[in-house]
Amino acid sequence: MDRKAMKKVFFSNKMTVVCAILLLIIIAAAILAPLSPYDPDASSVAEKLQGVSSAHILGTDDIGRDTFTRTLYGGRVSLMVGFAAMCVAVIIGTFIGTISGFMGGMVDVVCMRIVDVFMSVPSLLFIIVVYAFMPRNMVTLVLMLAFFSWTKVARVVRAQTLTLKERDFILAAQALGVSKGAIIWKHIIPNLMPQIIVAASLSIANAILDESALSFLGYGVQLPMASWGSMLQTAQKFILHNPIMAVAPGTMILVTVLCFNVLGDMLQQILDPKLMK
Amino acid sequence: MKNFIIKRVAQMALVFVIVSIFSFLIIYFSPGDPLYLYTSPAVSSYKMTDEQLDDMRESLGLNGNIVQRYANWAGKMLQGDWGLSISNHQPVKGQILDKLPNTIGLMGASLILSILVAIPLGLLAGYYKNSWIDNVISGISYLGISLPAFWFGIMLIIVFSLNLGWLPSSGMRSIGVTSTADVIRHGILPVIVLSVNNTAVFVRYIRSNTIEQKEEEYVMTAVSKGVGQMQVLKGHVLKNCLLPIITMVGMNFGTLITGSFIVESVFGWPGLGTLCMSAINSRDYTMIMGITMLACTVLLIGNFLADILYGFADPRIKQGKEKQNG
Repeated sequence: MDRKAMKKVFFSNKMTVVCAILLLIIIAAAILAPLSPYDPDASSVAEKLQGVSSAHILGTDDIGRDTFTRTLYGGRVSLMVGFAAMCVAVIIGTFIGTISGFMGGMVDVVCMRIVDVFMSVPSLLFIIVVYAFMPRNMVTLVLMLAFFSWTKVARVVRAQTLTLKERDFILAAQALGVSKGAIIWKHIIPNLMPQIIVAASLSIANAILDESALSFLGYGVQLPMASWGSMLQTAQKFILHNPIMAVAPGTMILVTVLCFNVLGDMLQQILDPKLMK
Repeated sequence: MKNFIIKRVAQMALVFVIVSIFSFLIIYFSPGDPLYLYTSPAVSSYKMTDEQLDDMRESLGLNGNIVQRYANWAGKMLQGDWGLSISNHQPVKGQILDKLPNTIGLMGASLILSILVAIPLGLLAGYYKNSWIDNVISGISYLGISLPAFWFGIMLIIVFSLNLGWLPSSGMRSIGVTSTADVIRHGILPVIVLSVNNTAVFVRYIRSNTIEQKEEEYVMTAVSKGVGQMQVLKGHVLKNCLLPIITMVGMNFGTLITGSFIVESVFGWPGLGTLCMSAINSRDYTMIMGITMLACTVLLIGNFLADILYGFADPRIKQGKEKQNG
C-alpha cells in the first residue's frame, strides 16, 4: 500500500485520529510544562497533602509540591524514556531482523536462537536484577528497556524481509551486482517502513508501561527526577490521606499507552488487507 | 514427534545454560562486595578476622576465578543444592520453596480467572465482529493491555479497602486467623489485578481466532443445517479455538511471572516476588540467582508444554516439520 492510500485510510478512521490528537495534546503539555506557575521541585511543607483546590487543581504531594505541575514534568521523563528506548530497540531490531532475513543460513539460525533466548526470560525481572547492580541513570534505564524489547521488532522485520527478498526488484538489484549492504539499506529498509512504524508504536507503549512499573518498584527513574511511575511510588504511601495524588499520573500512563497501542494496532490493520475486509 | 521433543529439549537446555551464564555474569561483574554487610564498620560493629571472612567466602562459594565459581555453582545447582543465602545463611532452596506455593496459588487462580473470563468474551466479540458488543469488548480489552497493573491495584485498594472497607489491602492472612476463607479474601484483589493484562491479551487472541474459524465452511454448514448460534459457538467454534488457547497460555507465562512479582509488592503478598525484591535490596546474590533461575525454568517449561500439546494436535509438527519463526 502506498503512502497516499495509507494517509487516506488513517484519516478516515475516527479512532486513529482521536488517539493521534490525544497524544499530541499530551506531548504538547509535557513540552509546555514550564508555563505552569509552580516549580515542580519546590517544596512548601505548609501546603502538603492538599486536596483539589483552585490554587492546586490536582492538589499537592507529601512535601507540598503541585501534583499537576509534577505530572506535566513527569510526562517529559516518561515520554522521553519511552521514545529513546523505542528508538534503540527499533534500530537494533531492524539491523538484526534484516540481516537475519536477508542472509539466511547460519546467520539466520544464530540470530533466531538469540531471539529465542531473549523471549524465554522474564524480562522485567532481569531488568530489575541488572539495574539493581548497575549505575542507576537514564542511559542505563533506556538501554535496559531496549535490550529486552528489540526481539519483537526483529521478528516482524525478519518475517517481512523474507517475503521482500523474493520480490523482483530485489532479485534485479542482486543480478546487477548491488552489494548486500546496499540492498538492505536502499531497497529493503525503505520498504519495511510501514511495519517498522507499527512495531515502533507498540514498542513505545510497552517501554512506557515497563518504565512506569520499574520506577514504581524503585528501580527506574531516580529521585529527585520524577516520572509518572515514580510519582505513583510516592503516592502509594499517601493513598489514605490524598488519593488524588495517585489518580493523576496513573491516568496519564493509561491514556498514553492506550493511544500508542490503538494507533499501532489500527496501522497494522490498515497494512494487512486480510484484516481490512 | 519424538524428534521434535528431543530437539525442543536440547534447545531448552541451551537456553537454560545461556541464561544461567548471563545472570551469573551480571552478578559477578556487579560493583560492591557481597560481604559488605559483614566487612563494613558502618553496618556491623563486630570486626571479623580475615580468616573468618575467608571461611565465609568459601562456604558461600565466593572464592576462585569466574569459571571455577560458575562451575561450582552450576554443579551444586544441578544436584539440588542452591547454596546459602548471603543475608541470613539459611539454605536458599528452603526459603524459596517456602514462598513458592503462595506465588503459584496467585498465578494459578489468575490463570483460571483469565481463561474463564476471556473465552466467552472473545467468542462473542469474534462472532459478532464489528457489532456494538464487539466494540465494547474490544474497547475494554484495549484498556486491559494498556493498564499499568500496579496502578490498577492502588486504585482497587482505594475503592474497595479504604472507602468501602470490603476487602483487606495487603498481606495474605489476618493476624491470628488461619482459615482458608481469610486467605481467599486477601487474594481477591491481587488475583484480579494480576489477571487484567492476560485476560485482555487472551480476549484479543480468541476473538481473532473466532473470526478466522467463522469463515470456515464447517460453520456455514452447521448454520445452514439450522444449528442455533449458541450451539455453533459452543460446539464448533470453541472446540477449534481451544488449542490456540493452550499455546497462548504458554506464551504468556512470562507476563504472568513478572506480573505476579509486581502485584506481590503492591499488595505485600508473601511470595517469591517479595522475597526477590528484598534479596535485591540486600544484595543477596545466591538468593537472586535461585529465584531468577527458577523463574526461567518455569517459563521454559511453560513454553515447552504448550509446544508439545500443540504438536500433538497439529499433524505438520507431528511429522517433525518445525513451525516457521516469525
